[in-house]
Amino acid sequence: MVPLLIGITIICFTVMHLAPGSPTDLQTQMNPRASAEMKERLRSMYDLDKPLHQQYLFWVGKLIVLDLGRSFSPDRRPVADKILERLPITILINVLSMILIIIVAIPIGVLSAVHQDSLFDKITGVFVFVGFSIPTFWLALLLMILLGVNLGWLPISGIRSLNYEYLPPFSAFIDLVKHLILPVFVSAFGGLAGLSRYMRSSMLEVIRQDYITTARSKGLSERVVIYKHALRNALLPIITILGLSIPGLIGGSVIFETIFAIPGMGQLFYMSVMARDYPVIMGILVIGAVLTLLGNLIADVSYALADPRIRVA
Amino acid sequence: MANSTIKRDFWHRFSKNKIAVAGSAVVILLFVVSLLAPWISPYDPGEINLQMVLSPPSGSHLFGTDQLGRDVLSRMIWGSRISLKVGFVATGIAIAIGIILGATAGYYGKWIDGTIMRFVDIMLCFPAFFLILAVIAFLEPSIWNIMIVIGITGWMGITRLVRADFISLKERDYVQAARAIGASDLRIIFIHILPNAMASVLVAATLGVAGAILTESALSFLGIGVQPPTPSWGNILTAGKDNIDIAWWLSLYPGLAILITVLGYNLLGEGIRDSLDPRLKG
Repeated sequence: MVPLLIGITIICFTVMHLAPGSPTDLQTQMNPRASAEMKERLRSMYDLDKPLHQQYLFWVGKLIVLDLGRSFSPDRRPVADKILERLPITILINVLSMILIIIVAIPIGVLSAVHQDSLFDKITGVFVFVGFSIPTFWLALLLMILLGVNLGWLPISGIRSLNYEYLPPFSAFIDLVKHLILPVFVSAFGGLAGLSRYMRSSMLEVIRQDYITTARSKGLSERVVIYKHALRNALLPIITILGLSIPGLIGGSVIFETIFAIPGMGQLFYMSVMARDYPVIMGILVIGAVLTLLGNLIADVSYALADPRIRVA
Repeated sequence: MANSTIKRDFWHRFSKNKIAVAGSAVVILLFVVSLLAPWISPYDPGEINLQMVLSPPSGSHLFGTDQLGRDVLSRMIWGSRISLKVGFVATGIAIAIGIILGATAGYYGKWIDGTIMRFVDIMLCFPAFFLILAVIAFLEPSIWNIMIVIGITGWMGITRLVRADFISLKERDYVQAARAIGASDLRIIFIHILPNAMASVLVAATLGVAGAILTESALSFLGIGVQPPTPSWGNILTAGKDNIDIAWWLSLYPGLAILITVLGYNLLGEGIRDSLDPRLKG
């Protein structure tokens, strides 16, 4: 955990030194987007006149107290505030799509393993390949054209309507849900395909085990064999896969938050990249990695809780 | 001639495998299209025609025209060159890094292995798309920078595969024999072990090309990838988003091209995997 955190900060620190104004950069003079004032602020913020190891220590020291500096944008607000106010909606969408992935992919995987080579298995097999290969931003565009522009069923941008503040609580909630349907579906789609595939192969693996044969031969119903004996064991590796899929989900938030104009961390990251707002970029890079690390930690702990044979060392 | 039997078996299974054949067909078609781009594209991809702005698909413009009246089909044909180039160069970089680090870690073991694998764990903590965007923000977006950045953020999986193969292969008798007659480490790694580890690399590489094409199209769509006026499938889709309520053809066709291409590489990778080792089929 701690070595990983240190490694994360070292990589961010290295990326940061690609910025104009750093002593290693020869492009500074060539880069019209970096004004003299910006360079001066970068220099003082990252102590660029000090030796490298001191720069790193100063920077990490500030990081620990969440001092990420101030944004280069005209509002000059602290980076930590800008990120924290946008984090909840991003986490909400990611958690919702995680839940959607779990409740849809696991039954699909189980059913296609139990009925291997059936029509259902073949159809989901095609769906998995398409799901792996489809560009999510294109899927988003198509759904926007179909459900938003042509049919007018769902709003295609933002998270609330213009008249949101005048709506009674229940309608306001419905309004929010309507705005979230497309983003959650789109961000879940790729993961759905992947997870149902893993679930299927994990289930196939378990069904071949001796204890399943034992369960069958002592006369248990197929239902109990599959859903009690097999499913529990097949779910174990899925916990790890879910943990591994977290960086993809967080990274994907840049794309769908930009397309659907959702005011989350991903959109902030995109805008900061376009505006070369270096302090915000660095802040989100660190926070994105730490979130991933936390997600993996949660996956490890749940694995240990779910499987008594494994204890956290 | 055990080697040639293995190859013959592979080709036999490969040509019987529907998935593999479909994937190869798509990939070969793409190569042909991008090679013949200057001859088969009906219009010059940069030719602006302000009389024909955003005209829907018709006999003269099969896939319609964009916001500057340029022919979408011609731009897509030229855009296939970008996808091909990015896919192969980015994956090539990832494979080179992955093989060198994976072979070193697996062959030498001990603290060298520990250090390299820790580095892999750290790199895997970053949402890849964040890392790519951050690096590109600091550089200028250009096709070369994109290829390099996708490559240097995508080598971790291959490193793990190559390392695992090396750990099991280095104990084999033929490696001991090579060592006994005094072969150097470099010779053992590259001549004796690596060829036997290439099977899993080949599969990962094919799937890697698919991933690189998807990443490039997403970057170009966001305006941080291949810059206009150079046509790429991703940046045609940007125009599609800007004209979402009036020009569906700008959104439909380039995305379909990406889907079919990526699907082709994914099927090919899966087909190669099944044909290399039928037991792995799942």
